[in-house]
Amino acid sequence: MKIEIRNGRLIDPKHGIDRTATLFVAAGKVAAIGEAPAGWNANRTIDAAGLVVGPGLIDLSARLREPGFEYKATLESEMEAAVAGGVTSLACPPDTDPPLDEPGLVEMLKHRARSLNKAHVYPVGALSMGLRGEALTEMGELAEAGCVAFSHADQPLADTQLLYRAMQYAATFGYRVWLRPQDAHIGKGGVAHDGEVATRLGLPAVPASAETIALATIIALARETGVRVHLCRLSTADGVAMMRAAKKDGLAVTCDVAAHHLHLCDVDIGWFNAQCHLVPPLRGTRDRAALCAGLADGTIDLVCSDHTPVDDDGKQVPFGESEPGATGLELLLPLTLKWAAGEKVALPAALARITAQPAAILGLDAGHLAVGQAADVCIFDPAAHWVVEPQALRSQGKNTPFLGLEVPGRVRYTLVSGQIVFEH
Amino acid sequence: MRNPQLNADGGLTHLLTLEGLPADVIRQILDTAIPFTSIAMRDVKKVPLLRGKAVFNLFFENSTRTRTTFEIAAKRLSADVINLNIGASSTSKGETLLDTVDNLVAMNADMFVVRHAQSGAPHLIAAHLNRTGRNHVHVVNAGDGRHAHPTQGLLDLFTIRHYKRDFRNLTVAIVGDVLHSRVARSLIHGLTTVGTPEVRAIGPQTLLPTALQALGVRVFNDMREGLKGCDVIVMLRLQSERMRGALLPSAGEFFKHYGLTPDKLAMAKPDAIVMHPGPMNRGVEIDSAVADGERSVILPQVTFGIAVRMAVLSIVAGN
Amino acid sequence: MTLPDAEQTLAALADRMRGAVAFDARFVGIYSGGAWVAERLAQMIPGEHPVGYIDVSFYRDDFHRKGLKPEVKRTELPFEVDGATIVLVDDVLYTGRSVRAAINELFDYGRPERIELAVLVDRGGRELPVEATYAGARLAVARELSVVLSRGADGRLLLSTEAVGAERAAESSGA
Repeated sequence: MKIEIRNGRLIDPKHGIDRTATLFVAAGKVAAIGEAPAGWNANRTIDAAGLVVGPGLIDLSARLREPGFEYKATLESEMEAAVAGGVTSLACPPDTDPPLDEPGLVEMLKHRARSLNKAHVYPVGALSMGLRGEALTEMGELAEAGCVAFSHADQPLADTQLLYRAMQYAATFGYRVWLRPQDAHIGKGGVAHDGEVATRLGLPAVPASAETIALATIIALARETGVRVHLCRLSTADGVAMMRAAKKDGLAVTCDVAAHHLHLCDVDIGWFNAQCHLVPPLRGTRDRAALCAGLADGTIDLVCSDHTPVDDDGKQVPFGESEPGATGLELLLPLTLKWAAGEKVALPAALARITAQPAAILGLDAGHLAVGQAADVCIFDPAAHWVVEPQALRSQGKNTPFLGLEVPGRVRYTLVSGQIVFEH
Repeated sequence: MRNPQLNADGGLTHLLTLEGLPADVIRQILDTAIPFTSIAMRDVKKVPLLRGKAVFNLFFENSTRTRTTFEIAAKRLSADVINLNIGASSTSKGETLLDTVDNLVAMNADMFVVRHAQSGAPHLIAAHLNRTGRNHVHVVNAGDGRHAHPTQGLLDLFTIRHYKRDFRNLTVAIVGDVLHSRVARSLIHGLTTVGTPEVRAIGPQTLLPTALQALGVRVFNDMREGLKGCDVIVMLRLQSERMRGALLPSAGEFFKHYGLTPDKLAMAKPDAIVMHPGPMNRGVEIDSAVADGERSVILPQVTFGIAVRMAVLSIVAGN
Repeated sequence: MTLPDAEQTLAALADRMRGAVAFDARFVGIYSGGAWVAERLAQMIPGEHPVGYIDVSFYRDDFHRKGLKPEVKRTELPFEVDGATIVLVDDVLYTGRSVRAAINELFDYGRPERIELAVLVDRGGRELPVEATYAGARLAVARELSVVLSRGADGRLLLSTEAVGAERAAESSGA
């Protein structure tokens, strides 16, 4: 199918393109930019006047809830949500049920996703069997089945010896390890940041040191093993400072932040609003400011949605009993745009953090629009605002702290491999 | 964000926490408790204020003391009282907390007195009732997790005012496990709201929450230092679980540093009063000589508790 | 309309009560106006007349509409109610509801031998079968007005009217 996308503001952060130009798509790939290829005859023309035409978004963490949690969401609904949010590639964490620790499960997931013909799914494999932190998984087999990296999701990894071995093993074969820095013991049972809000509300707390201690351990082990490690979901100002120092030292470490943490802090919990129960917890205003600045100056490489659909039963209960998590695929773009406006970051640089940068971490040639590239495109209206309401969300998870709030950025068209998979 | 405890006219319609309550709402409750103390001394201890109203004691955490006091208070207001002991887990029957509440409202409940192990449970119920337009049903928090025990805070304030008259001259010390104590949090909010110039917390670092200063409290780890010049000393109960969680090595060590003995009491003002929300662990947080001594007002606290709860139930029911 | 002078009305009320009221009758004033009147009567009428005070807030029939007022005073009856002759004293008798509440409350303190009612002003408009045993003056007052008793710094009593809407004032005068 030949598609011509005209009059749009074409932004390709990786190649430094930011101008009005026409994008030509044919046979699933980018055929040309600016001038039509010889003998061009479009089957479909999209008028993108007033819209931004950019690479499809790449989300490094989206829980699809399959296998095992189908009552919360299914691949069908969440893939709909992804493309409605302009996300054309996503990585899903291994904490499914059963966890992604066997090649068969990974293959099944990839197969299911492929058959839906929506976004590309890149499973992240479990670092240890069952995510129990006792024995290594067969990383080679998992990599062959399609795992792009290995992580421990949100499960504690108390055994530092095992962590060390896992990192050595991964380094041997060049596998990437993604870790969320959280000490296994400090702050166990905590549901909110250890600060004034948790003290006032009487909520069990997670101190910032739970993150910084784990971060110190991982950085030290990364230095020793030389493994490529990506730190997931930074939440503290001190953590950002540690990453800055580690990068300055020349260590091959990268990190990300969840979109929610760029905007919310513990005060937003208000009177026990379980929508704000997240992992890692929303921290203080100083932490939020450091995360925003860190993403702007490149200390933090990218932002992800950390999409975690939670049903109403998981939220309509007292805070300490509620399930942490929020729906996020459809909010990745709006929340990134909002962050960029606040930090005065130009649109191309902002988009880089949800396209080219995540692609680099995944080790994929994606997140850009060079000629010959698979045509994964996101066409959106940066000026359109919409109110976050359950009806407006395609995900089965309708729970988000942003319910009732207005956000900027409406996706109009999403193309995956040259096919229009979403139109609004 | 409007205070979920107040209705559109600023009247108290739920009592969830003392935090953020206007000072004159607190004073009104304390003032209204005074005539109720007299009622307790008559032969006929009842007044007809809540006749025909159904008060449900929803206790998800066991507590005979608090439940009994609320029951007495409600019955003295001529209300019908129904006790529901749902035990440790609200979902033990598979029914969620809000489902339970909806069912009881359908059975014409007018008021819920709620005790729950989770901080925020009464807020959840009140928000649910407000959101579903059931403004005539009221929630009174009888203790939620570590968060709040507002009626205890109020009866502590009533006791202090009874013996000391004016909060604005007082130094009050709260001693013990503040970290896990909803009683301490409520008392701190109450004292700061009514203008107490100095509120102190005394305990080991393991038992004091991180951001206590932000609540307007002066922190002491040394009890003798902390008691100097105090007018009121409130001793908190130390639960045995604290020893298991590596927060404290032993009860004996705690008593040595933080138990209220006559010689430590001597550091406070000569007319200082000693309070304890109960039940007491003699020899752990308080020496019997002090508990039974002339500065102790621990027993009067209990009597005042019924009058204060009658005041709370009446005010909330009338809004 | 012209209201009678409160002090003269009080004198007229005392006249009616002198010689009619029991020698050991206990005067119970309903806060606040009734309390002031009861205190003055106790001085003006010979005999042993201990004064008690009653706050009817906990016995009113309009609690569910109006809630508790911000200041509830303490009922103080420094004498035995059982077997006593009690003269309930109020400033203005109107619907009769306050008196009904006061009687109910008195019975929770004991069983009086007899209760009589003395009011400074009877303005008619009864909604319950209540009558004053002694009244200082009888008036007809428009529905839109409430009759209010106040006390000056020198202790002198003063009667005035207020438009209804100043509802709190109405509550202490027998609404």
